[in-house]
Amino acid sequence: MTALLELSEVNVAIGTTALLDRISLRVDKGQILGLVGESGSGKSLTATAAMGLLPLIGGRVTAGTVRFDGQDLAAMTDRQRRALRGRRIGFVSQNPMTALDPVQRIGEQVDVVSRLHLGLSRQAARTRTLDLLTQLRIPEAAAVAESWPHQLSGGMKQRIVIAMALAGDPDLIIADEPTTALDVTVQAQIIQILGALVRDRGLALLLITHDMGVVAQVCDRVTVLYAGRVAEEGPVGPIFAAPAHPYTAALIGCIPQEGMEKGALKGIPGTVPSALAFPSGCRFGPRCARADAACQQVPQLRSRGQGLVACHHAEDGA
Amino acid sequence: MTPLIQIDALSKRFRSGGGLLSRPRTMLAVRDVSLSIGKGEVVGVVGESGCGKSTLARLVLRLIEPTTGSITFDGTEVTTLPPAALRQLRRRIAMVFQDPYSSLDPRYTLAQVLAEPYQVQRQKLPAESVAEMLSAVGLPEGLAQSHPHQLSGGQRQRVGIARALAMRPDFVVLDEPTASLDVSIQAQIIALLEDLRDRMGLTYLFISHDLGLVRYFCDRIVVMYLGAVVEVLPEPRAAPRHPYTVALIQSGFVPDPAKRRDLTPLQGEIPSPFALPPGCAFASRCGFASSRCRTETPKLSQDSTHPVACHHPL
Repeated sequence: MTALLELSEVNVAIGTTALLDRISLRVDKGQILGLVGESGSGKSLTATAAMGLLPLIGGRVTAGTVRFDGQDLAAMTDRQRRALRGRRIGFVSQNPMTALDPVQRIGEQVDVVSRLHLGLSRQAARTRTLDLLTQLRIPEAAAVAESWPHQLSGGMKQRIVIAMALAGDPDLIIADEPTTALDVTVQAQIIQILGALVRDRGLALLLITHDMGVVAQVCDRVTVLYAGRVAEEGPVGPIFAAPAHPYTAALIGCIPQEGMEKGALKGIPGTVPSALAFPSGCRFGPRCARADAACQQVPQLRSRGQGLVACHHAEDGA
Repeated sequence: MTPLIQIDALSKRFRSGGGLLSRPRTMLAVRDVSLSIGKGEVVGVVGESGCGKSTLARLVLRLIEPTTGSITFDGTEVTTLPPAALRQLRRRIAMVFQDPYSSLDPRYTLAQVLAEPYQVQRQKLPAESVAEMLSAVGLPEGLAQSHPHQLSGGQRQRVGIARALAMRPDFVVLDEPTASLDVSIQAQIIALLEDLRDRMGLTYLFISHDLGLVRYFCDRIVVMYLGAVVEVLPEPRAAPRHPYTVALIQSGFVPDPAKRRDLTPLQGEIPSPFALPPGCAFASRCGFASSRCRTETPKLSQDSTHPVACHHPL
């Protein structure tokens, strides 16, 4: 089966700075892939590469391929890539407060997507918009369509952004931290909506987050990034039961859990290194309790169980 | 034991709008909140955006003036304190702000940021002090001449904490200090706050929307909804009695796919505080609401150790 979205050993650079190093991931139809890591690990850049938008930020793919539904993005014309975005790939951004045009009514902003990508008439587009808003359980869809962004709450705005992502009837949704700016109760609503969309419409979802709780709740598989490299990849069950990479284990340990003793929450010491000063060898080494002389060598991604891991000490844990 | 902070029937009314043609509207951001905090205690305040938790934090420090009610700090009435005495008192109470990007002056070096509390208090900055303050929050002393833009979000928040602790306060209000940080950095900051509490004997009022975090970090938890306290959990693992608290707990995700929930998230949105419905403010989103809930406002029960404001507590 061909993956809907597949990145194979993709390197990305901006100017002379190499940012992503051999990133591979795949998302299939009807599947939710979680892409996790701290700020600066390369999650959003990976999404930008997947949409072919790197030139916008002065970046480029220096090696590897990005394929959407079997087609190589690099072999497409700008026009073909543009047709893909919005039509077959929908995007939900992190901050719904800035994703909407403040001086355009809600309905018009959603309408334009299906008018542009599906060639619908004004009237048909509005019918579709109201349909989508209703499906996203927005009460009084018609009234909301006539309102302005500032009149809506954060959670409501995020639903509008999801409606815009869905308006072109895409096959893949890329959601970049869609709940980070929201209250926990609203986060639960949005995550439930995204999960239901994948189930009911057979969509594929690439869900970018730094919260392992969100991953555990909805994702089928997870790819963990650290400092521009894949640290670990696999189905969520085994990864949460027995994370092989110390970084994965540390990310899971950052979530306060029921029954956790005081003082048990430690976080991960230090910070993600800047791309201008990536350490040699294993990039997580300087923050890792298991690091030793072997970690001076770059760990290669190798298969372990049903997934992949890049760590010299993957077997030392548990 | 006499509490360090005693808050009695505190309310804050805000006015909004009002122009040539429209009448100003008013809303109660904080409604009749009473709370006492003992020395060394960590009290959490949770609720969604707009529940009044940040307003409560600002009232406690008297950054804004309450409409009614009183605040007593270590036996001193804070609400009527004249400016000079208030400034004296502010050596003992401090605040860490939510956004470490906007709470530090971008033109200041860290040394200047940390010297500011001393200027305000008209005290001489002890030599070595900046280096000590930085190392107390886990920052290298070499950062003293750096500017905020050179730091990461987590480092900035450490500076915010160092500044709050400059005057060696007894009581610190933490207003969502980790909301804008990565989970890994959030955990670091929480560990730092725990450590500082033990070393300096601090008392915290911790404001957050993350009940999971509050249940880990706090000794006692106040749940607010639309400006009012709806429940006080006497200890963090106490079984919740208010349907809203239950909903908040169920909204958090456990990092364990085996405990995946069939989500039944809280539907609907918080009603506008300018047009509160009669009766219980939560009734429109509550699965247990009866006709009584839509007419009669439930009072916070005072008799038990586990107060709850609900006609149908669980």
